[in-house]
Amino acid sequence: MATPQWSKFFPDFYIERLWDKCIKCRRCVSECSYEAHIWDSKKKTLLEDHSKCVGCHRCEAFCPTKALIIKRHPSDFREHALWTPWFIKNIYKQADQGGVLLTSTGCALPYKNYFDHLVLDACQVTNPPIDPLREPMELRTYIGPKPESLEIEEVNGKFRLKKKLPPLIRVEAPILFAAMSYGAISLHVHQGLARAARDLGILYNTGEGGLHASLYEYGPNTIVQCASGRFGLHVDYLNAGVAIEIKIGQGAKPGIGGHLPGEKVTEEISKTRMIPVGSDALSPAPHHDIYSIEDLRGLIFALKEATEYKKLVFVKIAAVHNVAAIASGIVRAGADAVVIDGLKGGTGAAPTMFRDNIGIPIELAISAVDKRLRAEGIRHRTSIIASGGIRCSADVVKAIALGADAVYIGTAALIAVGCTMCQRCFTGKCPWGIATNNPELMKRLPPEVAYEKIYNLVKGWTHEIKEMLGAMGINSIESLKGNRDKLRAVGLTKEEMEILEVKHAGE
Amino acid sequence: MPLELEVFPFHYSQVNKIIRENLKKGEREFILRGVNGHRYLLAGVSADIKVTIYGTPGLDLGAFMRGPVIRVFGNVQDGAGNTMDEGKIVIHGMAGDVVGYAMRGGKIHIYGDVGYRVGIHMKAYMEKIPVLIIGGKAGDFLGEYMAGGVIILLGMHTLYPERPIAGLFLGTGMHGGVIYIRGKIKESQLGLGLKPYPLDGSDEKLLEGYLKEYCEDFGLELSEVLKEDFIKIIPYTHRPYGKLYAY
Ligand code: SF4
Ligand code: SF4
Repeated sequence: MATPQWSKFFPDFYIERLWDKCIKCRRCVSECSYEAHIWDSKKKTLLEDHSKCVGCHRCEAFCPTKALIIKRHPSDFREHALWTPWFIKNIYKQADQGGVLLTSTGCALPYKNYFDHLVLDACQVTNPPIDPLREPMELRTYIGPKPESLEIEEVNGKFRLKKKLPPLIRVEAPILFAAMSYGAISLHVHQGLARAARDLGILYNTGEGGLHASLYEYGPNTIVQCASGRFGLHVDYLNAGVAIEIKIGQGAKPGIGGHLPGEKVTEEISKTRMIPVGSDALSPAPHHDIYSIEDLRGLIFALKEATEYKKLVFVKIAAVHNVAAIASGIVRAGADAVVIDGLKGGTGAAPTMFRDNIGIPIELAISAVDKRLRAEGIRHRTSIIASGGIRCSADVVKAIALGADAVYIGTAALIAVGCTMCQRCFTGKCPWGIATNNPELMKRLPPEVAYEKIYNLVKGWTHEIKEMLGAMGINSIESLKGNRDKLRAVGLTKEEMEILEVKHAGE
Repeated sequence: MPLELEVFPFHYSQVNKIIRENLKKGEREFILRGVNGHRYLLAGVSADIKVTIYGTPGLDLGAFMRGPVIRVFGNVQDGAGNTMDEGKIVIHGMAGDVVGYAMRGGKIHIYGDVGYRVGIHMKAYMEKIPVLIIGGKAGDFLGEYMAGGVIILLGMHTLYPERPIAGLFLGTGMHGGVIYIRGKIKESQLGLGLKPYPLDGSDEKLLEGYLKEYCEDFGLELSEVLKEDFIKIIPYTHRPYGKLYAY
């Protein structure tokens, strides 16, 4: 007798078919990449395997008669505050398969979300708000080190800078697209991100999977990544964008490397990553040429030297306990921008324990790093780019008021292209055509659609940010940076407020 | 006429700049004298040129480079051939740690010993097969995470006759490529799951081809190198993490 598989007995979701509406068109069968809908050709009817449903809602959305409802499986375990179905089912899975629990997206546990405990200020009576429709409102941001001081000289009655400024990257909004590798997400999404970044005057990030040949033309809006696996990393790639990001860590899985399973290394992916089809793409936990801040400096300058100092070098770390001290070391190592990815940062695949339990919230990390760099007098030498759980434009505004120069958004951009947060990206079967490279599934999200949705999202956010700035009576994002006076805490402890450097509402 | 440069007074950045400027003018051969810890020499240079170095290059010699053939008369510090793409580095001496990290093509020939973490995560793709030959001995973690390419460890020209030919954790996490070792190695020195195997006919042919070129580089007798038997280390699986997860 085969060993029973506990995890198959208790499905997470329930596929409800309204038979009075179903016309047996079998659209659900072709939409579900997990084969949860089954056509019984003998009985000429549809069946469901609830245990296969991941709750992506694809079938429901595309059922022409709206005959499907996907809900949490109503079958309950007896209530227990400690042993919730989440823990019970995880144990079943591991007892069945004896492996590491794998998941996707960002931290799913309800740790305190500090953005939700911070409120913004607005002008009333004593100083007038600014109407962004009437007056110019500047979201333009310069990424990179700023000089300690400026020397100005007069030549023929005209003033100009005595020394050339170090190269800076100009972006038209402080919102950039986070590293998501080609391989983890489809080429179409990459194409959409790249085009949207160009039209919005911002940047997207290749992630560590190399750069597809069709995307080189978006160079001025590209950040290329150098991770420990060094996949698809060669001179042309390093020179392709405006910045090179050394990926040390990622909020969803601090302290471990990455792993693109062989199944996902298709012909096209293999060309870009420069590894054989079907082989595992392993990124070791550390870069084995970096065991110290001095080594990091070694790599930063190797990259700068290799690209003739034309590219900025960013260093991305996960927000961990000592993030402020680490960031200080990174700045001293010569990074032009420090990217901090918080506890809630997303991923295509991470061990569940890592995703949910390691790292610190981004809000605290931004403030701690900004404070530390200011205290050491080196804040101007770098930009802080924050990521991990930025859900809306108010989160962007709060992140910047806490001390960030710009933010990265990843999950939000994917939700914009239709992601329903089913958290199963690691299977490579994303029914929405996002986290997949299956040619059939990819077709579900054409690059034009990806482009339009992403573009719209950021356009909406930038407009909202302008309005919020106007309401606060400031007309440039620069004046918001680290301006904690525009924030007040609601329901935070003294200690939390100290770390965030904010006053309590009412103060 | 090769461009001869006394680099002692210059910062590494200036040296690279001079090389790049002359490259643009069509210069294809360079001789650098007085090299003393200069970092990143030839880093990111993409051109088929010949470079002869006298002295001791610093960190990351030839990192990310595509094409140059570098010959060093001296030792080199850490990181030589870091993520290099194409070309060749011949070292008439010893090399430090992390030689050939993530190297994806080209060749590195070292006459003497190397340090720790050498040849980590080398990878091959299509016709690009990186080759790293070490004439002396190696420290721990040789060929860790190796995903492709060839490492040959000879153990012949060493300053440390009392030490074993390689350190510990050789080939840990290896999932592609091959490591050839002249002589024997204890299984306890190898990464988890790895075993030494005898060579077969095709190995011998390959090995001879690689070693012939190596011997020519250093004026050695091939027959002398082949006097002793080699063993090879290959991955026990191409999917070391294939069965790691529960879904
Ligand atoms: S996995 Fe998605 S498409 Fe398949 S049944 Fe569930 S909700 Fe529908
Ligand atoms: S990208 Fe696709 S697989 Fe990943 S969470 Fe979103 S819908 Fe699910």
